[in-house]
Amino acid sequence: MNYRKEEFLIATVAGLLDDPGVKHVAVGAASPIPGAAALLTQARTNGRLRVSIIHGDANNPFTDGGRELFDAAGQGRIDAFFLGGVQIDGGANINLVGTGPYPETERRFSGSFGSAHMYFVIPKVILFRPEHSRRVFVEAVDFISAPGTSDPGVYRPGGPKALVTELCLMSFHADRGRFRLESVHPGHTLEEVLDNTGFDFDIPDQVPLSPEPTESDLNLLRTGIGAEIAKTYPAFGARVFAIEGAA
Amino acid sequence: MTTIETVAGLADRIPDGAFIGLPPEYSYVPMDLVRALIRRNARDLDVICVPIGGMAVDMLIGAGCVRSVEAAAVSLGESGPAPRFTAAVQERRISMTDSTCPAVHTALQASEKGVPFMPLSGLIGSDVLNHRDDWKVVDDPLGLGNGPIALVPAIQPEFALIHSPLGDRFGNVWIGKRRELMTLAHAAKETLVTVERITDDDLLASEATAAGTLPNLYISAVAEAQSGAKPLGLADCYGRDDAAISTYAQMAKTLQGFSEYLSAEGIRPIAEAAE
Repeated sequence: MNYRKEEFLIATVAGLLDDPGVKHVAVGAASPIPGAAALLTQARTNGRLRVSIIHGDANNPFTDGGRELFDAAGQGRIDAFFLGGVQIDGGANINLVGTGPYPETERRFSGSFGSAHMYFVIPKVILFRPEHSRRVFVEAVDFISAPGTSDPGVYRPGGPKALVTELCLMSFHADRGRFRLESVHPGHTLEEVLDNTGFDFDIPDQVPLSPEPTESDLNLLRTGIGAEIAKTYPAFGARVFAIEGAA
Repeated sequence: MTTIETVAGLADRIPDGAFIGLPPEYSYVPMDLVRALIRRNARDLDVICVPIGGMAVDMLIGAGCVRSVEAAAVSLGESGPAPRFTAAVQERRISMTDSTCPAVHTALQASEKGVPFMPLSGLIGSDVLNHRDDWKVVDDPLGLGNGPIALVPAIQPEFALIHSPLGDRFGNVWIGKRRELMTLAHAAKETLVTVERITDDDLLASEATAAGTLPNLYISAVAEAQSGAKPLGLADCYGRDDAAISTYAQMAKTLQGFSEYLSAEGIRPIAEAAE
């Protein structure tokens, strides 16, 4: 079955959420693919997974203002969340602020959002950054919006567990402070991953190919989830799933 | 006593150099009041975004009204980066203090409670914290087991600026589930509100409306402003005008384009663009 790149990434992220430890996933701002992945996992697991999308009103259960998401996370009510980065380094430090020396910055981006808190308190943070390039995956980030690991003694029940890009899936191991390549996406190679990654990471002897989306996944996406995520992200819904007038 | 005034009257209450708090893009943003501040050529405003800034702060920055911004991020959301904010930070025309969403909420909650600071978990090891001279990491003073913890000082804006679908003639204002506006108003010294319409019915008279109402205790003045949040959306009233925001995002990429946008909106061109 043919599928779009976005549908592949949605299914890949959904696989990471299909985890008995993840009972509640929250999706932050500007995250249409993670949002659709959360809804896909919810459908795959017959509703076992609770999905809270904070952007907009669709699938947004919160009624106590902007702080409620962060308070709920601090209490341990949220098991999985997504973060990205203008830069991400081999220690899973993420930079959402800008490149070059701070505060002048060569290129200024929007800012750290809630990352400096969420990265610490949510057990399974999935780093999602489609662009896989040496511009993004650097040896050391220019600004640490949130650190990948913390000293012993710092309260940190959460942190990064996985990284999804347009080329591959990696896992992150806080004990070693390193990423490990888990699989390379169909149509791409280990060499391509190495060429486009600016940091060292662990490579297994045999590198598996990431699974393709199943027909059932694609049907779920095209018959219901596309329209559902379009309520939150109309431009994305129109582009990927041809949902019109969802706004 | 809360008074009913015009939008321009509200803008006149905000002196140059004032410290103002603005709601996030998804909440009730007082865009008409922002336009009125630009019209009256406000200067040297210090802005706290609660906790993320969008088109409102971007326009104020572009028009030269802003001296400093504190925010967890400034962005136009699905319409892309905030162009005048980005340019102003890169050209060092404004002072930018980076924060993180829960730190803004927590600092406002400290003001709500009248305490000078509050603790917040996370942050340690972040350059957000490392660049904040006003934040401090202390050992857990009560020995309750979570180790060192960051303290953030209270934030007390002089003016909270918000919009709402409905106010009553007593100066009470409906905010529904936009509770960040409640926190912001509780924290600020005073709150100025624009509303789509003013009703004769007392919003505090029934439990159903009172639960979502910011009482006039916190509000200095209210002005009627139909379509006052446009082109941003206002829940249950009108949707976000994505085409209009995209037009802004395109035009505001240059100072010249931004000035043309202001003229086209009937606000005013800005002097700097002619340079």
